Amino acid sequence: MLWEIEIYPAKHLPDREADRVRSQCRALGAVSIREVRSARSFLIEGNVSDSQIENIATGFLVDTVVETHSLVNHSTSQDSNPKSEIPNPKSLLNVLYKPGVTDNVADSIRRALVELGHAVTAVRTCQKYWFNDDADQADLARVAGKVLANDAIQQVVWGPLHLSNLAVGSEYAYRLVTVALRGMNDEQLARLSREGQLYLSLPEMQTIRGYFAELGRDPTDAELETIAQTWSEHCSHKTLRGRVRYRDDERSLNFDNLLKETVFAATAEIRQRLGSEDWCISVFQDNAGVVRFDDRQHVCMKVETHNHPSALEPYGGANTGLGGVIRDPMGTGLGARPVCNTDVFCFAPPEMDYKQLPAGVLHPRVVARGVVSGVRDYGNRMGIPTVNGAIFFDKRYLGNPLVYCGNVAMLPVGKESKAACKDDYIVAVGGRTGRDGIHGATFSSAELTHESETLSGGAVQIGNAVVEKMVLDVILAARDQGLYTAITDCGAGGFSSAVGEMGAESGAEVWLDKAPLKYSGLSYTEIWISEAQERMVLAVPPGNWEAFERLCRSEGVEATVIGKFTDTQQLVLKFNDGEVGRLSMHFLHDGRPPVVRDAVFAVPPQSPLAVSHQPRYDDDLRKILGSLNVCSKEWVIRQYDHEVQAGSVIKPLVGVACDGPSDAAVVRPDLESFRGLVISNGMNPRYGDFDPYWMAASAIDEAMRNCVAVGADPARVAILDNFCWGNTDRAETLGSLVRAALACRDVAIAYGTPFISGKDSLNNEFSYVDGAGRKQTVAIPPSLLISALGQIADVRKAVTMDAKEAGNIIALVGTTSDELGGSHLALVKGLSGGAAPRVDLGTAPRIFRALHKAIQARLVRSCHDLSEGGLAVAAAEMAFAGGLGLELGLKPLVDQSGISSDAVLLFSESNSRFLVEVAPQMWSQFVSHLDGLPLVELGRVTAGPNIAIRGIDGSVVIDSSGQDLKQAWKEPLAWE
Amino acid sequence: MPVPHVIVLRAPGTNCDVETAHAFEHCGARATPVHLFRVLERPDILKDFQILCIPGGFSYGDDVGAGVIFGGQLRSRLGGALREFLQADKLVLGICNGFQVLMKSGILPAGAERWPATDGDPPDATLTWNDNGRYTARWVKLHTGDSRSVFLQGIGAIDLPIAHAEGKVVARNDDIVNEWRKRGQIALCYQHDDNPNGSTADIAGLADPTGRVLGLMPHPERNMYATQHPHWTRRPQDSDEGDGMKLFRNAVEYFG
Repeated sequence: MLWEIEIYPAKHLPDREADRVRSQCRALGAVSIREVRSARSFLIEGNVSDSQIENIATGFLVDTVVETHSLVNHSTSQDSNPKSEIPNPKSLLNVLYKPGVTDNVADSIRRALVELGHAVTAVRTCQKYWFNDDADQADLARVAGKVLANDAIQQVVWGPLHLSNLAVGSEYAYRLVTVALRGMNDEQLARLSREGQLYLSLPEMQTIRGYFAELGRDPTDAELETIAQTWSEHCSHKTLRGRVRYRDDERSLNFDNLLKETVFAATAEIRQRLGSEDWCISVFQDNAGVVRFDDRQHVCMKVETHNHPSALEPYGGANTGLGGVIRDPMGTGLGARPVCNTDVFCFAPPEMDYKQLPAGVLHPRVVARGVVSGVRDYGNRMGIPTVNGAIFFDKRYLGNPLVYCGNVAMLPVGKESKAACKDDYIVAVGGRTGRDGIHGATFSSAELTHESETLSGGAVQIGNAVVEKMVLDVILAARDQGLYTAITDCGAGGFSSAVGEMGAESGAEVWLDKAPLKYSGLSYTEIWISEAQERMVLAVPPGNWEAFERLCRSEGVEATVIGKFTDTQQLVLKFNDGEVGRLSMHFLHDGRPPVVRDAVFAVPPQSPLAVSHQPRYDDDLRKILGSLNVCSKEWVIRQYDHEVQAGSVIKPLVGVACDGPSDAAVVRPDLESFRGLVISNGMNPRYGDFDPYWMAASAIDEAMRNCVAVGADPARVAILDNFCWGNTDRAETLGSLVRAALACRDVAIAYGTPFISGKDSLNNEFSYVDGAGRKQTVAIPPSLLISALGQIADVRKAVTMDAKEAGNIIALVGTTSDELGGSHLALVKGLSGGAAPRVDLGTAPRIFRALHKAIQARLVRSCHDLSEGGLAVAAAEMAFAGGLGLELGLKPLVDQSGISSDAVLLFSESNSRFLVEVAPQMWSQFVSHLDGLPLVELGRVTAGPNIAIRGIDGSVVIDSSGQDLKQAWKEPLAWE
Repeated sequence: MPVPHVIVLRAPGTNCDVETAHAFEHCGARATPVHLFRVLERPDILKDFQILCIPGGFSYGDDVGAGVIFGGQLRSRLGGALREFLQADKLVLGICNGFQVLMKSGILPAGAERWPATDGDPPDATLTWNDNGRYTARWVKLHTGDSRSVFLQGIGAIDLPIAHAEGKVVARNDDIVNEWRKRGQIALCYQHDDNPNGSTADIAGLADPTGRVLGLMPHPERNMYATQHPHWTRRPQDSDEGDGMKLFRNAVEYFG
């Protein structure tokens, strides 16, 4: 029997889903669509009678206080729906997940109904929409594709559903597949790499051919896939860890391993300098970087990107992006406990006209909404607060948005190392394996095109956060009982990279037929490389297996032995009794031919940026506050639970009305202690157009400033790098990356701030065919995200950015220079040229230290870092967050800076600067803490309501009401 | 003073169990997180506890609706054990998802009077989607109603954070709300001009007629320390305690 239960909002209540669709139809210009009604529906298959299905509906699925329903029996009456109260089945559209796509709600319902004693065999969910009868078919088709469904994971069925059963999967007949690689010429190798979605270079393909020629046999498909996954850019970072010949106007440099000689080298030097005071525990080796927190716990952090999947299916891409990065700390050491998340997104501007969209590109608004809800639904369900983030807008992110997700977790001292032993079982824990995510690792090496959607649909996955939460719960319990010897996550490449990594030193034998599957019909290769979510791989000694399995079962988590670790240095794959792969671990991990790339960089010629003198700058300030990068992100932040786990100390939004922009988050990971974590980030792709070196330096400085501003100890800040770049096969693109990496080294060393982990995502480009039939390629701007993991000894000494009390002194710490290149003033005025901000490597760390001591001594009432929009924006934010006014004068800055332009003093984005609020009676003490460092008293906090700034000559240059400025700042992204 | 034993009942997807247990322990109770599966296997273990707390989270992913599956398990499989618990002089607290579970199971609003609900006995009220249609996390100002709630004694006004998508109380009709009012069941209310989800009568928390069962959408366990309050940096720091502590203390002292 196949039943369908359609559930509608009760008559007197709003139909919110229909309202959403109607408003998006308007945005899309689908004017013929006037009426929309919606229903959620459930298809339920099994031996279920009329009265039972009615019970299931009213007792379980329907909230009868606010909903009504109707029943359809698909087994008896396929085209009539007598009970349905909805009149016009002609314009009915049904949206269903494609068969095989994870449907979490359906799975939960099936399990719950079975537990309640119903003979239910399968469940699918469906969303139904009815439109006015005379709606235009072309409008409906457009709405179906752009508003109702995403073709990567869903299908739209027009008119009444005709379904007889919900069966998924098929029989799998085992057949060993080998690839006749030895007989291929170079051209055939290149084609195989491309068409087989291996995305390996020709020299790599040749090396593989040579390896098998030596063995005297051809590879199996599983072997070839294993090598492609392991050697993928995503898994091996071959460009950044490869050889680079770099040349710029002043020098030429040769790197054997770019990352090792820049980012890692900085950490090594800092650790050596610290000697016995070294607080790094495990850097650049495990799934996350680990540093010391206190005597009992270490803290670790990882940040990753999930850009290409998010471009195709923003919800699922971002959802699994966060799910994936949470598994990294879970698989660090012997398993860490996540305590907070961060996220940073880069989108194209949301006001873009639908008509201007190239084929295959989702509208930036659709991308933004999908990404935000994807992160929301995973983070909130996992019970991990999302405490810090940022969003950048640039039209070059169209077609290739960036989604960075980060996770911070606590690891007990003593649980930081792991090693699988010979004969330990290879155990898969968590989600089952399906066809989802196949070719994710190699796909991320390919450039996105308008065909990506169809070519790589399998790369899109749907997460199930509750399964991951259940896995986390049992893993932490098993860790504390010492039941396993090693753990890692199943990320890109699935079992193939997890087992390949864990057994790299020893060897492993895998029994692929043992892996539990979501549905039948998967080949051994699909099982091996599937990137199905929520899976961890553990090494469990046979003697612990029974206890481990019992623990998992007791909480409803599936654990399965899928092989064992050996000491053969071989990776052996079996399916039933047949051997389907045998590779030497040495070839797999060290056999890849070195990549050698050229990198060049020429500093773009500088042109002056001239701001003409104006009597007033109120309008410029308002425009910057209302620009997309600066404006309030409250719409996003309020959808994230930032307080779960009860550790929240400094929230993302602060101040008298809880809506001011906090510089960083402070979190207490342990409610028995007042020691805290400080989380912030720094990023400004706009500076990269001037010089990626100073862009990188500015990003590190910004991350540091944000941390220090709330009270973090600058001597205990660790940072992470995430490089998202265009196609680095172009020497100019790689050159800009090298430049940024050099800055990472120099600034990290100068600040004593070690990098502890990092990640890169290259080939972030989108190509399409324009109206004239020409291929156009859009590369993202160089985008380096620096994430900071700081610490504060006592959270009760933390400081927020909102002005506190009228009469207090406002002062500027740090030096202002004429640095308007890439600034937000230039953006809103449409100006080009100028110099991007630089960093004074000698002074900056001294400022951080001195300010920290002053905050520790409780001399600072509020503190806000200066970034986009400079002094004027920071002052306005500080004032309106505190519901107070300010009276400031620029004249005292002239002597310090030598600048004679009000505009430059107001809006320059020079680094290492803070606005501080100090009570008059504390002022002399504060001044002595900052002895010898740039410090200028600018004015006072007032009762308000205006923010008033006098220019160099004493005349008023800004005098605006705080409420008005706040309104301008809050409006742009206050989406419904 | 006798130390009451709290069962913090967690299910797949529960995620506020640790801090909720901590809150009870901090106030002098002994709190044990127990998985729902253990109670389903052996309902008798409820006898060992004086306070039943269902903490926040996304039990079963909120699939079907927040609290529906967990609530269904309580009603269909623990009817007897819970009847005994509700009839005894014991306390029940549901926070956020826990409140949703209490409502969807039928433990609230009537408590022991109508437990367990039989099939075909339609619920008086529900918790459904916020008026803004989305998950919302923020602090709200609350005041207690004229209720007998054991947990809220001596609390007049309190600030707490909410973090939910389905927190709007809807009753089948106005008579039901009037009945709650008459029997002192409207335990906790949002400010009328700052109701975050459109809840009827601004209701943030409901008690059963005895005052021994309380369900509330806001999270008292997230206001245990002064530094959790969004305005703490704007205030004099004379105490490390947050206002939510009182609610847990009341529960512990009930057994004193």
